Amino acid sequence: MCTLEKRGNLFILTFTGEDQHRFNPNVIGSLLSLLSQVKAEATRGSALITQAQGKFFSNGFDLDWAQAAGSEQGAAERLRQMVDLFKPVIAALLSLPMPTVAAITGHAAAGGFVLALSHDYLIMRKDRGVLYMSEVDIALTIPDYFNALFREKIGDASVRRDFLLRGLKMKGDEAEKRGVVEAAYGGEAEVRQASVRLAENLGRRKWHGEVYAEIRKGLYPQLSAILGLTHKAY
Amino acid sequence: MCSLEKRGNLFILTLTGKNVEHRLNPEVLSSIISALSRAKAESTRGSALVTVSHGKFFCNGFDLDWVNATGSKQEAQQRFDYSLDCLTQLVQAFISLPMPTVAAINGHAAAAGVVIPLCHDYVVMRRDRGVLYVNDLEMGLKIPELYMAFFRAKTSGWALRDLVLRGLKIKGEELLKMGIVDAVYDGEEGVINAGMKMADDLARRKWDGVVYAEIRKGLYSEFCGMLGIASKAIGTPKL
Repeated sequence: MCTLEKRGNLFILTFTGEDQHRFNPNVIGSLLSLLSQVKAEATRGSALITQAQGKFFSNGFDLDWAQAAGSEQGAAERLRQMVDLFKPVIAALLSLPMPTVAAITGHAAAGGFVLALSHDYLIMRKDRGVLYMSEVDIALTIPDYFNALFREKIGDASVRRDFLLRGLKMKGDEAEKRGVVEAAYGGEAEVRQASVRLAENLGRRKWHGEVYAEIRKGLYPQLSAILGLTHKAY
Repeated sequence: MCSLEKRGNLFILTLTGKNVEHRLNPEVLSSIISALSRAKAESTRGSALVTVSHGKFFCNGFDLDWVNATGSKQEAQQRFDYSLDCLTQLVQAFISLPMPTVAAINGHAAAAGVVIPLCHDYVVMRRDRGVLYVNDLEMGLKIPELYMAFFRAKTSGWALRDLVLRGLKIKGEELLKMGIVDAVYDGEEGVINAGMKMADDLARRKWDGVVYAEIRKGLYSEFCGMLGIASKAIGTPKL
């Protein structure tokens, strides 16, 4: 599932185990409460790293659970539920009062990519793992807040088109070149080390967490509005 | 006007418009919209559309001879506004087409003529001939808010500024750097073959056309929002 660990000023959220780290209502609930905990324990100098074990960062929503509903209608309903339940997770990340880093050591697809993209900085492997929006390939439309996230986080229209309309599986070196991730490194250990280094450097700036969150929300006004996040002035 | 041909899974739309500059008037625009309706009606999984034209021009914009062939300035303005409405309808038809689309630009595209290639999912262009020229500024015309939203869906930052605010005639290589075209090729045959090959490759993905069109609309969300075209949610994964 997912665990939370504190290492000095760093909060480390880990998807444990060798599975695809898919999101079903239980996992989503767990994520939400861990992020609440992070927010409650935040101080100046805090930073968050989200990471995963195994071949996958996360492959998105638990479609097996959706299909287990037994009918097409039931599956669509369960999928809708997960899309709705997941929204507060993205809202929590977008309003987290500290810098956030996603350490992507495996595949990040659909909801999993969306989770990673909701962080301030993305670090990825060069040699393994892809970023992929699978929706077009499995005939699913894109939820509104996913779309807003892509629109406001990814400035390059052809990159947005390549992810959403082309179902491109983007490797680390291309992702770095096209500005989707901050940096790509040649192995799992390097990615983890670089993420820790980055998070520590950001933490060392000792930014006022609430102000940091407000500035972040201001970068993504449409997404913030869709997520129901209000803007405060300092 | 235009012609629509089916070759295997590919719909090939050839723009001929009015005269060698392939200019657009309501009749021409209407005929292209009809062609797209036919493509939509005959579409299946694995369909794709490629839009081409031949000669020195891809499309040089509105048929200003038709616009100005009236008794008064007022009537001319009405004809211009009407042309713009027809263009907007065409853009909507392209954006809701249930299949991937590629534009192969063999020559100059100016003013309203720039909008047509940009309605496509992918654009390939000649390296050795042809420019894109958004000349509204030079003509003393304000770009309508709706079309600013359209351009904002395709590009941003300095590239957007250079496209609309600088009166530039932009060649293929530069447009490639700006991220507005996807690839450049030499010669008319070169670019048209490349366009068809790209469309073929995309068709091979056999995407669900209805879902594809809905996802595409999301990429033009500001534009669609201004026109009141809501996106439909489709939530049954085909695994």
